[in-house]
Amino acid sequence: MENTLMVSSSPHLHCGMNTRDIMRDVIIALIPSLIASVWLFGFRALAVEVVCVAAALASEYLSRKVMKRPQTVGDLSCIVTGLLLAFNLPVTVPLWQAALGSVVAIVVAKQMFGGLGQNFVNPALVGRVVLMGSFPDAMNNWVTPLAWTGQADAVSGATPLAMLATDAAAEIDPLSLLFGLRGGCLGETCAAALLLGGVYLVIRHVISPLIPTIYIGTVFVLTWILGANPVVHILSGGLMIGAIFMATDYATCPINKWGKVVYAVGCGALTVLIRLYGSLPEGVSFAIVIMNILTPLIERLTRPRPFGEGRKAVRS
Amino acid sequence: MANKYWQAFSKGIIKENPVFRLVLGTCPTLAVTTAALNGLGMGAAASFVLVCSNIVISLLRKLIPGKVRLPAYIVIIAGFTTIVQMLVKAYLPAIDKSLGIYLPLIVVNCIILGRAEAFAGKNSVGLSALDGLGMGAGFTAALVIMGGIREFLGNGTLFGWPEGGLIPPITIFVLPAGGFFVFGMLIWITNRLSTKLEHNATRKELTETVCAACPMASNCHGGEEGACHE
Repeated sequence: MENTLMVSSSPHLHCGMNTRDIMRDVIIALIPSLIASVWLFGFRALAVEVVCVAAALASEYLSRKVMKRPQTVGDLSCIVTGLLLAFNLPVTVPLWQAALGSVVAIVVAKQMFGGLGQNFVNPALVGRVVLMGSFPDAMNNWVTPLAWTGQADAVSGATPLAMLATDAAAEIDPLSLLFGLRGGCLGETCAAALLLGGVYLVIRHVISPLIPTIYIGTVFVLTWILGANPVVHILSGGLMIGAIFMATDYATCPINKWGKVVYAVGCGALTVLIRLYGSLPEGVSFAIVIMNILTPLIERLTRPRPFGEGRKAVRS
Repeated sequence: MANKYWQAFSKGIIKENPVFRLVLGTCPTLAVTTAALNGLGMGAAASFVLVCSNIVISLLRKLIPGKVRLPAYIVIIAGFTTIVQMLVKAYLPAIDKSLGIYLPLIVVNCIILGRAEAFAGKNSVGLSALDGLGMGAGFTAALVIMGGIREFLGNGTLFGWPEGGLIPPITIFVLPAGGFFVFGMLIWITNRLSTKLEHNATRKELTETVCAACPMASNCHGGEEGACHE
């Protein structure tokens, strides 16, 4: 398989990275958010994460086995998918629904299309979108963070984006958003922990900072132009986790630089449009899924021009 | 002789199932299969039109000039569709309400025009009627199976029973996305089933003709494991 991918002439130097190393780095980058989710939402958050990861591992192992294909469970990518899906669920989600989301993500979105690198949309996002379509009540049951430390049971509370939609924006303090003291999904609330993971991935050259910065930048500029509060918008909802960990998925974003720019701007614009004008308070997952689907078209339009050939030669 | 008639009828059920094998009539299939009962109603209505139009087209096949056959077929099909629409409106208003625009749209259902063009325009009345019955049965079975799966998983009920639902509903199955998913899965299953049937038929034919004349037949166990390359 690796031999068939070589296109340039020799000599070649192996960079020493493989899928397993990359996925291990992504898991390391997700650990701050994992700790933050347990701190904010209690040990049930850990239970949801364990269930999602276990279901993802089991579905990866079983589907490869059933399809009689080489076992890929060791490349750790399904752990990343399970963890990202868990980070996109509210803490109150029934555990069987969380497991179902993992199964859909791995079996339907990933393995049915041929496994890692063949999926046309981000598997974790498909899991989340399917769960949102299937169980709208359970998926919109938000809990105020740190409620588990007090005597009271879980207190339901609105997310900042829902508050924005109902003109309660004045109550939102940007600093508490940065540290995740707000209602929301497990891993999306603590922007500081997500940024920490993002910086680690950029330093390790696992992701290029192009997509996250342009995505978040587009949201900032557009919300500012359209008269919303840009700081609150970039720190709330799933924007940070989406921009850093989901939109940068290798298989579903364009390869070259201009493609990445178009893709990231598209993600940002769609997110803002859904948030400000759509019927849903949050649009990150749909924005990324739509841009995932558009990625092949973007790649066609931004195909690099071979040196020495005219523009027309490429078009034809 | 009987074999010919049986084949005209039976091929529509699995081997040339109009929905899962010929992938015709996809639009009503995806649109009305949110419940098993809707599928049954749609299937029955379309089957009625299909059988009647097949019979009439087959009767008139020598009178209709080749150049204007499509408009002629459509007029016949539209006539029967109007009859069905009026009957359903009068006697089954609930079905009429849930099928909505898809009931009059039977006129443009590609299964019906497809069978008229591919079969009824060339074959005798009896064969055409059986072909319509078989294709109608295949269409109805496909819609009921698909509607049943989607209703059960998406709503927890089957033909509207029981009231509260047996399982917690997974709403996505009654949404369009779930419809496409179930459709794809069923096409896969029918393809597997159909290739298996065809494979068995060729194997049987092979053993009866080629192997009977082959001196090695007693050793190769009917061409297993690629031993025989005939």
